[in-house]
Amino acid sequence: MAKHILAALVENRPGVLARVANLFRRRSFNIDSLSVGRTQRDEMSRMTIVMESDSAEADRLVKNLYKLVDVVHVDHLHSQPSVVREMALVKVKASSDNRREVIQLCDIFRARIIDVSAESLVVEITGEEEKLENFTELVRPFGIVEMVRTGMIALGRGGHTLKDEGFKPNRSRAAARRNVL
Amino acid sequence: MSDETTATDRANEEAGTSTDAVVLTGAEIVCECLLREGVDIVFGYPGGAILPTYDALTKYPQLHHVLTRHEQGASHMADGYARATGKVGVAMATSGPGATNLVTGIATAMMDSSPIVCITGQVPTGAIGSDAFQETDVTGITLPITKHNYLVTSIEELPEVMREAFHIARTGRPGPVLVDIPKDVQIQEAEFVYPTEPIELAGYSPPRAARARQVDAALELIRTSKRPIILAGHGISMAGANRELAQLAEKAQIPIALTLLGKGAISEHHPLCLGMMGMHGGAEVNHAIQQADLLIALGMRFDDRVTGNLATYARDSRKIHVDIDPSEINKNVNVDVGIVGDLGEVLRQLLKRVERRPNEAWFDRIAEWRADSELREIVRPADAPQHPAVPEGKLLGAQVIRDLFEFTDGEAITVTDVGQHQMWEAQYYHHERPHSLITSGGLGTMGFGLPAAIGAKMSRPDQEVWAIVGDGGFQMTMMELATAVQEQVNVHIAIINNGFLGMVRQWQEFFYEERYNQTPMVNPDFCKLAEAYGIPTVRVTERGQIEEAVNASRAQTGGPTLIDFVVEKEEIVFPMVPAGADLDDMIRRPTPEEFEQQRRERAVAAKAPEPQTPESTPPETEAPAAPAALGSRFGV
Ligand SMILES: Cc1ncc(C[n+]2csc(CCOP(=O)(O)OP(=O)(O)O)c2C)c(N)n1
Ligand SMILES: [Mg+2]
Repeated sequence: MAKHILAALVENRPGVLARVANLFRRRSFNIDSLSVGRTQRDEMSRMTIVMESDSAEADRLVKNLYKLVDVVHVDHLHSQPSVVREMALVKVKASSDNRREVIQLCDIFRARIIDVSAESLVVEITGEEEKLENFTELVRPFGIVEMVRTGMIALGRGGHTLKDEGFKPNRSRAAARRNVL
Repeated sequence: MSDETTATDRANEEAGTSTDAVVLTGAEIVCECLLREGVDIVFGYPGGAILPTYDALTKYPQLHHVLTRHEQGASHMADGYARATGKVGVAMATSGPGATNLVTGIATAMMDSSPIVCITGQVPTGAIGSDAFQETDVTGITLPITKHNYLVTSIEELPEVMREAFHIARTGRPGPVLVDIPKDVQIQEAEFVYPTEPIELAGYSPPRAARARQVDAALELIRTSKRPIILAGHGISMAGANRELAQLAEKAQIPIALTLLGKGAISEHHPLCLGMMGMHGGAEVNHAIQQADLLIALGMRFDDRVTGNLATYARDSRKIHVDIDPSEINKNVNVDVGIVGDLGEVLRQLLKRVERRPNEAWFDRIAEWRADSELREIVRPADAPQHPAVPEGKLLGAQVIRDLFEFTDGEAITVTDVGQHQMWEAQYYHHERPHSLITSGGLGTMGFGLPAAIGAKMSRPDQEVWAIVGDGGFQMTMMELATAVQEQVNVHIAIINNGFLGMVRQWQEFFYEERYNQTPMVNPDFCKLAEAYGIPTVRVTERGQIEEAVNASRAQTGGPTLIDFVVEKEEIVFPMVPAGADLDDMIRRPTPEEFEQQRRERAVAAKAPEPQTPESTPPETEAPAAPAALGSRFGV
């Protein structure tokens, strides 16, 4: 068992996310996180899928993703040098008594405070999974009011890119491509 | 299913359609696209949301519409049509209940990789999401049971979507595609330009040839094997690789086992063809698989009905797996060489360099297993000495199929339903040609038989078509008798009428101590029923009547015919690998000696002074072998 990070380029069409999500459920893949967003090309979105599994299972997911007509390319980022990041927003209880302590912690983690109120702070922290987890553990004693994580996103380093050459956007479909996620 | 562009081109010519732009409604564009895809028949059922397209159909007499009596029938007919020729079958339905009624047929086609395109009407775009009358999210519902599906949101994309739908349905690993078209898109008008450039889909490119290194690895395994066996599946006939399969087997002297849908991949009269494997496959075939040192799996997917217990499946063998769908490789069974490609291409690659190799010792072993199976055979020519387990004067379902095979010269296209009769057909009707057995294998859909047979006959009017159905499954879609009559479809219906949901009864007998809960049926008089539709019928209750009845049916060339074969109620399909058991751990029919021995033991037990529990007393002590007690007698 290991953490597998897959990156998928998908056509930016209605229902793509539903197809991928359905695949996870239908073939019983256990997904840790999934994040989706636009790319530098309007007609493509990129998904980062993280799953804890053996490599046979990860292989199986790659093959099944490829069966979806809207999935253009899938890479197993395991097999190449890549940068991985996740962001979290954490609302931490902080009164005038202990606010300084929380701020100190944020400094150490290079997290940013993006909102301050009488009872709490909202902290934005970016990094690899472990960093986020360490940070939340340390602020937990102050009281975490609520938090949200983006799920991991990842890119190959340097020349390692997901192939999208050969992909020609479809003219008459462009109209149907607005805000599909 | 490789020359998709030529099909379109040909259709273009035949349809005599010009490439000049004309203004058409969405509904007319649908019809134009169907023509260009070479469609001649559409199976369907009208309703509000699809009405514009039904109206447009009046302008396209080249598109023959078949009014089914239920949308399930439409999707099964499209499926049967597709399976009989490899052409894409088309079903059409309205939104909501029309669309949901298609679902069973779509799932059936998906599991057996059958190319169909379903066109459904949808509520107008503006009403989508408002729970409008007869609105249902059919693309959502069919997402996991289609190869791909589309909700068309503008008339501009309609031609392209239609073209892609057919392309995706018929290429690669074929499968069902659904196109959902809102009513307003059908009504809108637009300039119709049919795209002529080749279809390019970034995320879809079916593989073709194998990599050289994999071919080398496969050849090496074949060269060094001593007990090889080919497992041939549906993929062979779908790829049209039948000749290559025979050549490979002959050149390398490798026996062939068939999956249920693999029947027809090679003639079952071919000396290297062993017959069907799996749960109700030949015992000698399953033994051969378990004892093999090399499995060459071609266009099959190691379904649990053919592997039995995976942990003990063909333990001592290396495995080569060729399939067009990469996700099938290492899905259920881990293989040594996995090759993704078109079977025809890959087999030709292998054929170039495969070496002739002697397998005499291996054939001798298989022959021994086969001799043992023959001893246990219950279906024998009427004038040969019978197996003592055959109840005197009773008609067996298995005999009906064996005789039907004989009296149709083994040349019919047979379409089955699901149950015991389906397995008897697989065991006793020996097919020679590809696409000549049409059956729901993956989904096991009762109710498939009659509508699929209608579709098959309309696809191959030159061929004799028999629907072999159980009394249970027939009643699931028997409303399609009316369709067969209205369309004058000359399909011959053979009901194997055992008064039971026979296959389920068999499981209850073996695994639930003969508690026949909800499996006996009070049936209508099927002959009277068919006669109400004006269908000629015969009832057969004895083996001696089969030939005449079959001939009488065959003599009818107008509409459908029906034979009600009233057969032994509690017959068993032997051999049987219980679900999850090892593949060679089969429940067998006893040999005649074993049978007599058991009969004597029972007689002795019956005379013993100890009081008998009612269950252990055979119900008919003096009567010849009552199959009712077979299960308990053979230690299940
Ligand atoms: C739609 C559907 N429902 C239930 C089943 C489960 N099932 C499999 S075989 C069978 C009995 C079929 O009975 P019948 O059609 O009379 O055929 P027989 O086995 O008697 O030949 C049933 C209920 C099924 N395969 N399909
Ligand atoms: Mg029955």
